Amino acid sequence: MRHLITPLDFSVGELDRLFDLADDMREHQERYAHLCDGKKLASLFYEPSTRTRLSIETAMLNLGGRTMGFSDAGSSSAAKGESVADTIRTVSCFADIAAIRHPKEGAATVAAQFSRIPVINAGDGGHQHPTQTLTDLLTIRNLKNRLSSLTIGLCGDLKFGRTVHSLVNALARYQDIRFVFISPPELRMPDYITEFLDDRGIHYEEYIRLEEVIGKLDLLYMTRVQRERFFNEEDYVRLRNFYILDAEKMSLAKNDMFVLHPLPRVNEISVEVDNDPRAAYFRQVQFGVYVRMALIATLLELV
Amino acid sequence: MLNVGKIEEGFVLDHIKAGKSLELYHHLGLDKLDCTVAIIKNARSNAMGKKDILKVECNINTLNLDVLAFVDPDITINVIKNGEIIEKKSLPLPKEVKGIIRCTNPRCISTIEQELPQIFYLADDHRAIYRCRYCDAAYNPNGITG
Repeated sequence: MRHLITPLDFSVGELDRLFDLADDMREHQERYAHLCDGKKLASLFYEPSTRTRLSIETAMLNLGGRTMGFSDAGSSSAAKGESVADTIRTVSCFADIAAIRHPKEGAATVAAQFSRIPVINAGDGGHQHPTQTLTDLLTIRNLKNRLSSLTIGLCGDLKFGRTVHSLVNALARYQDIRFVFISPPELRMPDYITEFLDDRGIHYEEYIRLEEVIGKLDLLYMTRVQRERFFNEEDYVRLRNFYILDAEKMSLAKNDMFVLHPLPRVNEISVEVDNDPRAAYFRQVQFGVYVRMALIATLLELV
Repeated sequence: MLNVGKIEEGFVLDHIKAGKSLELYHHLGLDKLDCTVAIIKNARSNAMGKKDILKVECNINTLNLDVLAFVDPDITINVIKNGEIIEKKSLPLPKEVKGIIRCTNPRCISTIEQELPQIFYLADDHRAIYRCRYCDAAYNPNGITG
């Protein structure tokens, strides 16, 4: 029995097969419409989530399966103090597969340890969010027709952003990847990530201003810079504009440089960019459904 | 100078940081074994000033010493058979450390989930970095980092 707890749980070869399946599901959705007939997904969301929960549940519905669960801890037995281990033991008796989001880091690891059904980590605090990483990889593969030989800019809050950490770890397994980290000094990529890249001889550069480097990028992955991450208001006001993507900055980028964002977007991408054909963040959401469909089918061993 | 008799078979763990021998006694599970143990605290040492020594009389196959390299890599491990030192062991860092240290990351599931074993894995051999199996927070003796 397989689970998805971190993006590295699947080898590069296994990911290739997963993405091939996702592409096939996108092109021939009707072929897979009854793949999960009679199967049930338990979605165990201990904290609020819009995209991830709806995306996973949509994926199961698209495959003909059914969903059940809770969308906040208050309406679950966690409110009575039940452990994750006991909850998943119980849910294993009802459902065929479970997706769990929990505010505590490592909660999905614990769930997998005690589960009798496949577990999908739908986000465990600031730790891992592997289905987002799979979404990002599938999107990049579709936009650029490859996952190697790319210069990828990651911009914004690189210190606390779990999606960028997971994405760097996952992309580091492909050939000839060059990273460009663009962030305020306070929010630069943590040492353990840069040490990981140093150890593997993977190229990266660090910048403070997006416009200095946007012209070199094949892809730009934007994240939100939150006011509360700054030590003082003065620095926030001074730096925030460096990390807002607008039409002017886009004019400096290559014609085939796509923009991704894990969403929700607040103001770090101006709405004027949405009509630019290189703005790919809403297509990214659609890819997220296909990759989760492929994941559910793979973990249930139906393909 | 205090004299402790020779042992026929077992281990002499030398150059233990002064005051740490009781901690090692528990980490090695000696409290659960029916064997003769001499704990020598604050012995004089030219190199260290003061040191602790543990002498354990036991079958040399009964004791798992892997944890020693994690607790203190400078400990000298003398293996004794027939009253003689037959080997001076140096141990690699253990791949996994179970039940020795606790994760102090307040956001880690292991801080709230009952009966979850505390497990750390060796994430970086060169830098001797251990990470929590659940949340991946790095352990250092002064608290969790990165």
